[in-house]
Amino acid sequence: MTKKKSKILPRRSMPMQDPAARVGNFNEVANGYSLELAQEEARRCLQCKTPTCQDGCPVEVDCKRFIRELAEGQVEQAFRTIKETNSLPAVCGRVCPQENQCEGRCKLRPTGQPVAIGRLERYVADAFYAGTACEATVGREDCPMIREDLRVAAIGSGPASLTLAGYLAAQGVKVEVFEALHLPGGVLSYGIPEFRLPKSIVRTEVETLKEQGVEFHMNWVGGKTMTVGDLFDQGFKAVFLGLGAGLPRFMKLPGENLIGVFSANEYLTRVNLMGGYRFPDYDTPVFPGRKVTVIGGGNVAMDAARTALRLGAEEVRIVYRRTQEEMPARLEELEHALEEGVQLEILACPVAFQGDEGGRLTSMRVQKMCLGEPDESGRCRPMPVEDEAYDLETDLAIIAVGSGPNQILLNATPNLGLNSRGYIEVDQETLETNMPMVFAGGDIVTGAATVVEAMGAGRQAGKEISRRLLKQG
Amino acid sequence: MAVPILHKRKLIPGRVSELVLEAPQIAAKAEPGNFIILRLADDGERIPLTIADTDAAKGTITLVYLVVGKSTAHLETFEAGDTILDVCGPLGRPTHIEPVGTVLCVGGGTGIAAMHHIAKGHQLAGNHVVSVIGARSEDLLLFEKELTAISAEVLVATDDGSRGHKGLVTEVLEQRIQQGIEAGESIGEIVAVGPVPMMRAVAELTRPYGIKTTVSLNSIMVDGIGMCGSCRVTVGDAVRFACVDGPEFDAHQVDFEEMMRRQCTFSEQEKLSYDHFCRKCHHD
Ligand SMILES: Cc1cc2nc3c(=O)[nH]c(=O)nc-3n(C[C@H](O)[C@H](O)[C@H](O)COP(=O)(O)OP(=O)(O)OC[C@H]3O[C@@H](n4cnc5c(N)ncnc54)[C@H](O)[C@@H]3O)c2cc1C
Ligand SMILES: Cc1cc2nc3c(=O)[nH]c(=O)nc-3n(C[C@H](O)[C@H](O)[C@H](O)COP(=O)(O)OP(=O)(O)OC[C@H]3O[C@@H](n4cnc5c(N)ncnc54)[C@H](O)[C@@H]3O)c2cc1C
Ligand code: SF4
Ligand code: SF4
Ligand code: FES
Ligand SMILES: [Mg+2]
Repeated sequence: MTKKKSKILPRRSMPMQDPAARVGNFNEVANGYSLELAQEEARRCLQCKTPTCQDGCPVEVDCKRFIRELAEGQVEQAFRTIKETNSLPAVCGRVCPQENQCEGRCKLRPTGQPVAIGRLERYVADAFYAGTACEATVGREDCPMIREDLRVAAIGSGPASLTLAGYLAAQGVKVEVFEALHLPGGVLSYGIPEFRLPKSIVRTEVETLKEQGVEFHMNWVGGKTMTVGDLFDQGFKAVFLGLGAGLPRFMKLPGENLIGVFSANEYLTRVNLMGGYRFPDYDTPVFPGRKVTVIGGGNVAMDAARTALRLGAEEVRIVYRRTQEEMPARLEELEHALEEGVQLEILACPVAFQGDEGGRLTSMRVQKMCLGEPDESGRCRPMPVEDEAYDLETDLAIIAVGSGPNQILLNATPNLGLNSRGYIEVDQETLETNMPMVFAGGDIVTGAATVVEAMGAGRQAGKEISRRLLKQG
Repeated sequence: MAVPILHKRKLIPGRVSELVLEAPQIAAKAEPGNFIILRLADDGERIPLTIADTDAAKGTITLVYLVVGKSTAHLETFEAGDTILDVCGPLGRPTHIEPVGTVLCVGGGTGIAAMHHIAKGHQLAGNHVVSVIGARSEDLLLFEKELTAISAEVLVATDDGSRGHKGLVTEVLEQRIQQGIEAGESIGEIVAVGPVPMMRAVAELTRPYGIKTTVSLNSIMVDGIGMCGSCRVTVGDAVRFACVDGPEFDAHQVDFEEMMRRQCTFSEQEKLSYDHFCRKCHHD
């Protein structure tokens, strides 16, 4: 082991925008590898006889193979390999929590320097320019003609539905995607900021799907503009529900409706989906905060905090009940946030928001916490430290403590079977709901999870739907 | 979907206009109490407007708006033949309508147009509809003709007395309630749509009578589909999202004070946005 270790070169770092500069803009933070860096990194891969990296990937990308192909300079072949199972590598390479997935299972992980699989995946996706839409979607050039008689509806346009659409289009099945908002992409468009995932990437993916014959209908609210039943009446043979978990959770604290207290979803939607960072050239206003507090420790909290910095906040604090180690955010996002000057207020739990006579937020009352015994989730349970509460001055508080299932379609479809947490219940194998030929996947089934898991679900449902439709002929 | 404007009618020139849009999918589903969210340009914001009327056969919906800031001023530059970039709907829970006898429908300002659709629903359900409408002066009264067509009675109040009762709608409303009580009439419900101070005054007026009172809340919205919480209002002990749980709520439970404060969240930026728009107009 020690011998082997000594031969291993350090993980190649990716060129980044300088922290001091990047807090002044919304451009992408990580600039990506050059071909040279990518190949150097790819050559670090041990090409293990029994690789474990692939097991860590929810869509089972054949990491070993594409990395070898890249190391040999066959970018096109590497692209095809990735595309066999992953329809959105440019997205995944940027946003997957690789440390818990592919890289977390890499044989080099114990050295603290796993192969940078995500960055390599990103490199390949960015570098290869597919000649046809079919090739861009599935990495092949033999997609059959679309059969207009086999129509499938996907409600919601997040990664789950986009993946389903790409998969089915490649099988020759016609997909129409219906989205309530005015832009497709789900969280990729309204939640994850431009500096982490440029919107042009999402646009390109959608354009490619359109070329593949997928139709997009925007401003179309399932359960309102039409019901699931209406879609079957119109001749759709199957319906996929990729509704996401966008219902913002509040904390039910005194003062939570003061001016200056926002859900992260509202804050990020105003900035990302609505382009509020370009106000007043764009119409949607964003609340300006001088001293900002963000509550939560996940990706959503990191995104909100880093966005607030870019919008000119003097001070941004993340308030979290546990410690830095327990934060569920992607490692890289936490590191980037700290580099950019975001401060951490750990072992702290908000108990009230306080305001002035005009109803504007002025401070947040915070309870000091300590860590107790581990709970069911295996994480230490935060417990209040008696008589230790204090005030944090703040004029903008952003709540990022989790989300629930999007409600509109569920309310309009009372027959749909839900689990005890309010998410859609599905057959684990087929992803079919209790309503025949109605399938569901992504966050609306699992609760808030990851982009790649939502994609995995879209692919799984796509397989099942095409199997049933094409068998029927 | 991009939606064409079929007709435009200037109800109060420069201030209030009515648009008839060709939106068959929305018209087919829209019920009284529903609203839409529209966006005018790629750099535009999403703003909610109530569906004031629908014609499912023709596939049209009617909107009435008051010019108050950037987006409504921009909308005012649109004419028949133009298309609106995005129209999303129908949104919100429809009005709960059942036969209850007499229903007093109170409207103020552009709220009169929004109230019209609700009044129409009650009339279709067989209720005795009394429309009570108010404005500063006669020339600012909206939808009187349309309301006359569907109401058993139309009562009018103007601040300057140029038409109907000189004074507030709430005064006319109170008289009508009294009159009903004396005559042994069963007033099943009171509906109020208009500026928040008016709705609050109606709520306070009807509270002692214990008559069910419904208001339509216009809190600030972004998505309109329950994903942001911008529109949250306190109703009784609960926090509700106006876009999906409302916009209509029990007036006696609503925290109007909080709602009015929250409506001013972005007033500074809204002014800036409007000035920015005016400057751009003058340069063109
Ligand atoms: C701010 C933020 C940052 C994140 N960062 C990461 C990250 O770094 N890495 C990672 O892996 N994951 C991240 N996630 C989680 C990830 O984005 C989600 O797990 C993933 O997007 C779920 O995909 P989905 O397709 O299930 O739904 P979504 O992406 O939520 O899309 C659902 C879509 O359905 C639409 N919809 C809902 N109801 C209706 C209806 N009735 N009719 C029509 N349309 C409807 C919604 O408008 C939405 O566009 C993040 C999430 C957020 C909010
Ligand atoms: C359910 C609902 C139905 C409505 N129906 C009508 C209608 O039928 N006719 C009509 O004239 N108006 C209606 N409104 C109000 C209308 O949406 C606002 O007047 C409009 O958004 C103002 O935009 P602006 O840019 O012109 O003005 P701004 O200067 O931006 O805002 C002026 C005021 O309008 C309110 N407002 C601003 N943005 C929003 C927003 N995104 N959502 C809600 N309110 C906002 C705020 O209180 C603000 O102070 C309705 C609002 C709601 C919530
Ligand atoms: S899809 Fe995500 S988890 Fe899978 S290999 Fe790519 S970066 Fe890793
Ligand atoms: S486990 Fe790591 S080193 Fe082994 S093949 Fe996979 S990426 Fe390469
Ligand atoms: S407008 Fe976003 S939740 Fe109501
Ligand atoms: Mg505005």
